[in-house]
Amino acid sequence: MKAPSFAYAKPRSLDETFELLARHGEGAKLLAGGQTLLATLNMRLSSPAILIDITGLPGLAGITTDGRTVRIGALTRHREIERSPIVAAELPLLAQAAPHIAHVAIRNAGTLGGSLAHADPAAEWPGCCVALDATLVLASGKGERRVKAREFFKGLFDTALGAEELIVAVEFPVPGKGHRSAFLELARRHGDYAIVGVAAVAKASGGTLSEVALAFIGAGPTPMLARRAAAAVEGRAPAAETIAAAQAALAQDLAPTGDLNGSPATKLHLARVLCGRALAQLAA
Amino acid sequence: MDTIETTIIVNGTPVTRRVAPRRHLIDFLREDVGLTGSHVGCEHGVCGACTVRVDGEIVRGCLMLAVQANGRKVDTIEGLSDSGELAALQQAFHQHNALQCGFCTPGMLLAAQDLVRTHPAASREEIRAFMSGNYCRCTGYHAIVDAVEAVLDARRAA
Repeated sequence: MKAPSFAYAKPRSLDETFELLARHGEGAKLLAGGQTLLATLNMRLSSPAILIDITGLPGLAGITTDGRTVRIGALTRHREIERSPIVAAELPLLAQAAPHIAHVAIRNAGTLGGSLAHADPAAEWPGCCVALDATLVLASGKGERRVKAREFFKGLFDTALGAEELIVAVEFPVPGKGHRSAFLELARRHGDYAIVGVAAVAKASGGTLSEVALAFIGAGPTPMLARRAAAAVEGRAPAAETIAAAQAALAQDLAPTGDLNGSPATKLHLARVLCGRALAQLAA
Repeated sequence: MDTIETTIIVNGTPVTRRVAPRRHLIDFLREDVGLTGSHVGCEHGVCGACTVRVDGEIVRGCLMLAVQANGRKVDTIEGLSDSGELAALQQAFHQHNALQCGFCTPGMLLAAQDLVRTHPAASREEIRAFMSGNYCRCTGYHAIVDAVEAVLDARRAA
């Protein structure tokens, strides 16, 4: 279908954006890459009075690092992250995850900030941000504040983002030497939203894993940090019984819901399969 | 709703129209400019029939507003056919029977050309994965993969 009618504004500064948000309240929607928003408008799932196109705002795109933190601007497109030498060197998890996001034609337009603000529980970037313990930088007319990704995702498509706030950047702590990462997902067709996926990072030394973080997507209302499963492997080599303990712990860590792709039990099983594969990859 | 004056460089020629904000880029190209080679399929970004290039990168024409393309360069199947850039793929699609009804073909060609440009060493599996964002309801894909593979093989042999 065609999108319903709406007005359109393209502010040139953050202040102008905040003023528009304040003036239009709930009738306003921020437009970045539009790869989810326009699809939902075309399906008439929402009908905002005005779209505020933030792609003209200066300073919100790009990838920089000071060696300890990688900062990725909210307007940075998926494809730029996929191709970034900084990401490849410092945050390989993101480079591993990017090819799973839809298709090239969509990765050329969609943005990091848009994906996080939309907060689809099966999307790749939210899971990566949770696994890497990233911090989101949010801005409003009152100034900036920082929220940990692990506290940002509140529920199904629900985040800590206020009505008059926008995401300006994400700050990723650079994992130390010896860290490894794996991103695995199962989908019916390459590029579809994950049925279940996992973003995994850990320090691997002498065959043992430490500082383990496992974030599952498609396994609950938000990206799910599997604390019990990670604790089951912390400081150990991922031998068969250790992997089995982590897999068993996922019953408490995850809360998948049933849909066309399978029942909660099926998804829990798939998450366990991915958990085993991810741990084996991290230790290999 | 107010219309907005929008100038888009379509296949090298600047085109200025007043458009409603809700106007998709693909509808701007088809309805306002008369370039009906790019097709409208699912209208929610899944089928790939509306694939066009914006500033040299492929995008979904149904997931971009015309006003978002204001001041940018848009290339369509018409322009890329005329320039000869797609000639090898078009020939291969013909030879391998990689189209039947042809509805998906313009989008397929734009996606395939992006693959040829960016992944010249792609394997058959990589071709399949790359082209998975473009639906075809006739061919079963096998012939399309054959055609793309033939172009890559010919380039590697050249």
